[in-house]
Parts: sequence; C-alpha cells; structure tokens
Amino acid sequence: MAGGVAAWLPFARAAAIGWMPVANLPMPVAPTEKNKRQDELIILNVSGRRFETWRNTLDRYPDTLLGSSEKEFFYNEETKEYFFDRDPDVFRSVLNFYRTGKLHFPRYECISSYDEELAFFGIISEIIGDCCYEEYKDRKRENAERLMDDQEDNKDAKLPNMTFRETMWRAFENPHTSTMALVFYYVTGFFIAISVITNVVETVPCGSSPNQKEVPCGERYTVAFFCMDTACVMIFTVEYLMRLYAAPNRYRFMRSVMSIIDVVAILPYYIGLVMTDNEDVSGAFVTLRVFRVFRIFKFSRHSQGLRILGYTLKSCASELGFLLFSLTMAIIIFATVMFYAEKGSSSSKFTSIPASFWYTIVTMTTLGYGDMVPKTIAGKIFGSICSLSGVLVIALPVPVIVSNFSRIYHQNQRADKRRAQKVQKARLARIRIAKTGTSNAFLHSKRNGLFNEALEFTQLPYKMNLSDQSSTEEEQRLKSTSLLESQHHHLLHCLEKTTNHEFVDEQYYQQSYLEAGLQNYSSRSPSLSSQDGVTGTCCTRRSKKHHTPLPNASAPAHLQPLTHTHTHHQGLQELSTIHIHPLSTSRSSLNMRVDGPASLNCQSNQITTAIISIPTPPVTTPDGDLSHQNVVKVSAL
Amino acid sequence: MGALMVIFSVQPKQRRKTTDSVEDELELSTVRHRPEGLEQLEAQTRFSRKELQILYRGFKNECPSGVVNEETFKVIYAQFFPQGDASTYAHFLFNAFDTDHNGSVSFEDFVMGLSILLRGSIQEKLNWAFNLYDINKDGYITKEEMLDIMKAIYDMMGKCTYPALREEAPQQHVEVFFQKMDKNKDGVVTIDEFIDCCQNDENIMRSMHLFENVL
Repeated sequence: MAGGVAAWLPFARAAAIGWMPVANLPMPVAPTEKNKRQDELIILNVSGRRFETWRNTLDRYPDTLLGSSEKEFFYNEETKEYFFDRDPDVFRSVLNFYRTGKLHFPRYECISSYDEELAFFGIISEIIGDCCYEEYKDRKRENAERLMDDQEDNKDAKLPNMTFRETMWRAFENPHTSTMALVFYYVTGFFIAISVITNVVETVPCGSSPNQKEVPCGERYTVAFFCMDTACVMIFTVEYLMRLYAAPNRYRFMRSVMSIIDVVAILPYYIGLVMTDNEDVSGAFVTLRVFRVFRIFKFSRHSQGLRILGYTLKSCASELGFLLFSLTMAIIIFATVMFYAEKGSSSSKFTSIPASFWYTIVTMTTLGYGDMVPKTIAGKIFGSICSLSGVLVIALPVPVIVSNFSRIYHQNQRADKRRAQKVQKARLARIRIAKTGTSNAFLHSKRNGLFNEALEFTQLPYKMNLSDQSSTEEEQRLKSTSLLESQHHHLLHCLEKTTNHEFVDEQYYQQSYLEAGLQNYSSRSPSLSSQDGVTGTCCTRRSKKHHTPLPNASAPAHLQPLTHTHTHHQGLQELSTIHIHPLSTSRSSLNMRVDGPASLNCQSNQITTAIISIPTPPVTTPDGDLSHQNVVKVSAL
Repeated sequence: MGALMVIFSVQPKQRRKTTDSVEDELELSTVRHRPEGLEQLEAQTRFSRKELQILYRGFKNECPSGVVNEETFKVIYAQFFPQGDASTYAHFLFNAFDTDHNGSVSFEDFVMGLSILLRGSIQEKLNWAFNLYDINKDGYITKEEMLDIMKAIYDMMGKCTYPALREEAPQQHVEVFFQKMDKNKDGVVTIDEFIDCCQNDENIMRSMHLFENVL
C-alpha cells in the first residue's frame, strides 16, 4: 500500500459504514490499538544532522528499516534519538520518500553510494519515481559497462577449459587475444589488399612492343596473374573453412552476411576453373570476374567504421526508400514535361520520354554533362525548375542519414533499446509484485491469524485448542503485521462479509474453476455455491487451514445463525489437501499437515497436490437442517 | 517536388496549438483552497483540535491544492482494494461526500462527512447511508439504484473470489435487501422504512458501532 494514502485509511474505514445495511452477515471485530500513542516527533540524527519527523510518517512503510522495529537498534538512550552513521545528503532523499511517497534520485549523487544507502535503509530502487528513473537507470548502466570494460581488460588470460574449437573462434572474433590471432588477422588483410590490387592492375594497359596495340597487363602476364589469384583464393578458402569449423553455430554462421561475402568472393574462381575451355559461356565467365571486387568487402571485418556504415544504411532504409521514391516521381514528371516541351524543336535529342530520363537525372543531381541540352524557351524554363527542385529533393534526407550514423556510432542504440525494454518489464514486474504483495498479505493473514479475533467476537466458551507452539507463533505473526496493515485487512474482511464472497489468489481461483467443471456428476456440488456461501467458505477454509488436529473443530466463530458440524473434517484427515506451497516444502503430503502457520508463504504460490475427499455420508447437524456431501474431485496440477 | 508538398501541408497545424495552451495554464493555477479556521471546524464537527490537525495533515499531504477532485479520489480509494475495481463505488462515495455538488471535495466536506460517520448518532449514520444509496437524491431507493450500488460493491471484490462471482449475485443480494427493507412492498424504500428496519436488525446495529475507535 502506498504510504501516502495511509493517511486516508481512517476515511476508507469510516466509509465502510456504507456497506453495513447491505450486509447480511455480522462483521468481524476491528483491531484495537493497544497502547495507542499520541503521534510524536522522533529525532533522527544522521552523522550530526538532525531530522525530525512524525512517527506515523515513518510507519507508512513497515518493510523498511525506519518503518520497522529495526530502527530500535540505533536508538541512543542518553540523547533519546536515533543515530545513524551514514551520509546525511542521501538521507534527505530517503526521508523525503517517507514524506511524499516518491523516491527521487539527485543528479549530483554518485550512483554506487546512492545504491548503498538504499540497501542500508531497506528501500528497493524500483520505487524511484518516473521523473528520476531514466537518469538512474542510465547512470547505473554506464557504471556497469565501465566495470565490465575494466574486467575485460583483465580477461586476456585464456579461460582454462576452452576446447580447441572455442579458442579458434575466439581468436577469429577478437584478434587481440593472442599473437597467432593477430598474425592471422594481418595476413588475411594483406592478402585481401593484394587481391584487390591485382584485380585493378590486371586491366591497366602495359606498354609492350610498339608494333602491337596496347594490351592490358592481365593478358600479357596471364600466368603471373593467375598464380597470384590462385594463391589469394587458396588463402581465402582456407580461412573460410577454418571459420566454418570453429563456429559455435554453423548454420547461423553460414547465413551471416560476412560468410556470404566470403563465398561470393571465392566462387568465381572455382566456377572459372570448371568452365575454362567452353567458348559459349566465356561471356558469362567474364561477368563473373566482376564479383571478385566483392573481396573488398572482406575488409569490413577489419574496420569498425565500415561496419557502422553498413548498419547506418540498413537502419536508414526507410529514408533511403523515401529519397528514391520521390526522386523517381520527380524524374518521371520532369522527363515528360521536357519531352513535350522539346518536341517541337528540330534535331532535338529528347527523342522519347525514357531518353529524357537521362537528362532529368543529370540535371537534378546538378551534374550537367551537357550532352542533352534543351533548345526551346519552354524547355529551358522547365529545365531550370528541374535543377532547382533537384537540389531540394536530394538535400532533404541527407541530414537524417548523417544523424543516424552519428547516433549509431556513439551509442549501441539497438542493443540499448533491447536492454531497456527488458529492464522496463522487470521494473514493472517488481512494482506489480510489491502491489500484489498487499493482497497476498491479506490472504496470508486471513489464513493464519484472523480466526482468533473471530473467536473473541462470539465469545464462545470453547476455544480452539491450539498447540502451544502454533499459538505463540500466531501471536507473533499477529504482532508483526503493523497496525496499519491489520486495519487494512479488517477493512477487506468487512467487504468479504458484505458480499459473502472471499478473496482468493489467482491460482486457487483457477483451480476452483477447474473443479467446477469436473463436478458435473455430483448433484450436491452446486449447492456449495448456491447456498449461503458461508457453508462453502467455512468448509474450504477449514481444509485450507491445516493446523488443528481436533476432531471437533468447533463451530467456528461466525456461524451463529448457521451451525453445522465439521465431522467430515475427520474424513479429510487422511487425505491430501490443497497446499499453497512454498517452493521448499515437499510435493506430496498424504497426511494432514500439522505445521504451524509459518510454513505458509504466500510469496511463492504453487499448488502441488489436489484435494481428494472421500464422500462421507450426509451428516446432519444438531439442528438438522444442513448437510454436506463431499465430492471426489481429483485435479492434478 | 514532393518536398514542397510536404512543407505546405505542415504549416496549418501549428497555429491551432498556441491558443489552447494559455487557457489550460490559467485553469490550473486558480484551483487552490484554504479551509476555514480550526475553531470554526471544531465547532461544526465533533472532532477535537488534535484530531482535526491529524486529519488535515493527511489530507493536505495527498492533495496539496486543498481539494480532491473525482479522479484523485478514485485513485486514492482504489489503493485500498488492489484486487478489484473500486472506481464505481468511489464515484458514489464521492457524490455522498460532495454535499454541495460542486465537483470537488474540500476539507470541510471531508471532515463533515467523517464527523457523521465516526462520531454521529445512529440516526445520522443511517441517514448518511441512505443518502449514499439514493443516487438521484429523490428520497427513495429504487431497485435500479440499489442494483448499481450492489454491482459497484461486488466490483471491488474483483475476479478471484471464492465462490466464483456469478452474474446474478448482485441481483440476488438486492432482492434480499428489498425483502427485508421494503415493508409496504411498493418497490421503493423510503428513509423511514430504512431506518426502522435497520434499528430492528441486531447485526446492523452492532456493525454501526464498529468503527468508532478509528481516529
């Protein structure tokens, strides 16, 4: 429950009077405030700076240090104040949390000292208000990354149990890990460069004997170039095969961009080997040689900047698409206009609209080769409009691309977003858990403690004979919930009584839904719900509550108008019951467990065994008006 | 070309925004309320000085502007019932507290209401409850009004209840209520029938005294 609204609890309880005339059942008794104190000021001395606040303010959050009895450890008898040897500046934020219900993160504060203070005072950091949460998370992430970087620098030593394959993969991915990896890295880089230069030089005309026309070097020194090419391709092939062997997930590796580039780079050579002597496909073979230029993309493994450029282009795909689309539109429009404008003039180069496309593109990109020029006046006018608009259209998407590039370069945006989404989900989940903690707390205390109060209410001479151990445990449990919580629980209890239905938790609700489906063969089962729910509620509550070994679990408290015995209770003794189990306890329990209520832990709910009850013969009460028949229900969970 | 068209289309939108924001700012700054003095409130209600102080501190903490509007009221009330939806019932409660029907509950309204609920006589409390149920304040509780109230109360229970909440549960509850309260069977419950019936019902009488030690 948010602390701020604790002040409104008296109002909510007073407003509950509105339910009273409508309710058909007597209400539970209200928790009394034993030794109720007047609200007093308490002094918190934090390293010399004194803070004063009302005691009630601190009691709003009973699960923190200041709100619970834990602060008594810090009480100084002589000065009658609570002394904490902590940072007073951060304490300001902590105390403001109690006062306003919102936790703020001061910008000038160091993140780790803040975290330590929060941990000391028992406050979870997820409660930080939305206004400061972004900042807090950013700082925390930066800090974590810095720590990780420091750690990675120390991580040069090989991890002991890596297989040869893993070592190889690591060497490939990160050349700085070992000398061999570095050598490999430089050698491959060198050969990529050699291969590219070879491809280029191949086409340069080498001066040869004067009577022959100039031939490119490739045809003059065919053998030399072929040997060079072979060597490069062999190196690349070996490298590719080694990477393929070392990859942890081969299928994924084969689909990755870099491996496709590798394959495309070396394939033409092999295809060329296969098809050398076939005249028909030599044309295709020449085309294939073009693909050799893709070897230059292999450099992207060696250069971070190239990779980022690639990412940028990929992430700006929509802007690039828009640019292309608008350019196409403009080209078509202007080409049409120019064509019809120049149609009249003689010897015009604008022979058709597609022919005018060339003019339009050259003009819009302000190249202006001059091979196609308009001659009519109208053509010149439209030509100038074309070049002006070209400047605008092309200039617009460029800043977007540039800013994208810088954004990606400075922060790993995509990775951050993914991490932020996960964190956001986790944060919301924790806040939700804290909130459901209140409803769980109510269900929890219902199962354990409130029966005692109900007993007092009806003043039955016969009290449940709890074993000593369990009663003291229950008392302790009652004390440990703060007054605020017990008042809140009492309020919820009154609502239950008004509507004649009980709060249950999610799993039990679904469980009973399942059971309702299975119960078709029993004629009595609908009676459980259609009769005053009291019978249903009290009986199942009995079965949930598993601490009494008594046969006559006495007509529990609130059954003054209705009475029926629980002799079927005995029948249940040998059977398993629904347990809302903490994870630690055992799964199957065929005997009624006689654990104390401490075993129940609402925080981790798991239904482990099903309820199995033997149909007992209808039991008539002393009043003879109600009978029960239990149903065989087996629902395995 | 496409760029020119885009530029032309962007312009008209900007003009509209400036006029709205100024008015919004004016509205926010005028809502501020200071309650009457402590002595006057002491005279009008049955709370002591200290109790009024405690009440006001809590009230002002949650609503610094001095008044609660319906949204804030719903949010506050909903915090006490995490499993269900308390907004409908909060709406009815708000109307019951907002005696002058001006859309907001000031500290005086709040304290008057609490004074009746916590320190009032049985007659006054029952009167207050009748006022709560009588949604249109015409002096009669009809079945429809009661059904609305009942549904609102059952909504607060939420979904996960035992036994599972059925559609007809509020309706049945209303029937039971009318059977008990409507003496002359004319389909409505008047204030006299209501008070008579409640005074004869032991459970209700006892529960009226339940919250007396709240403050």
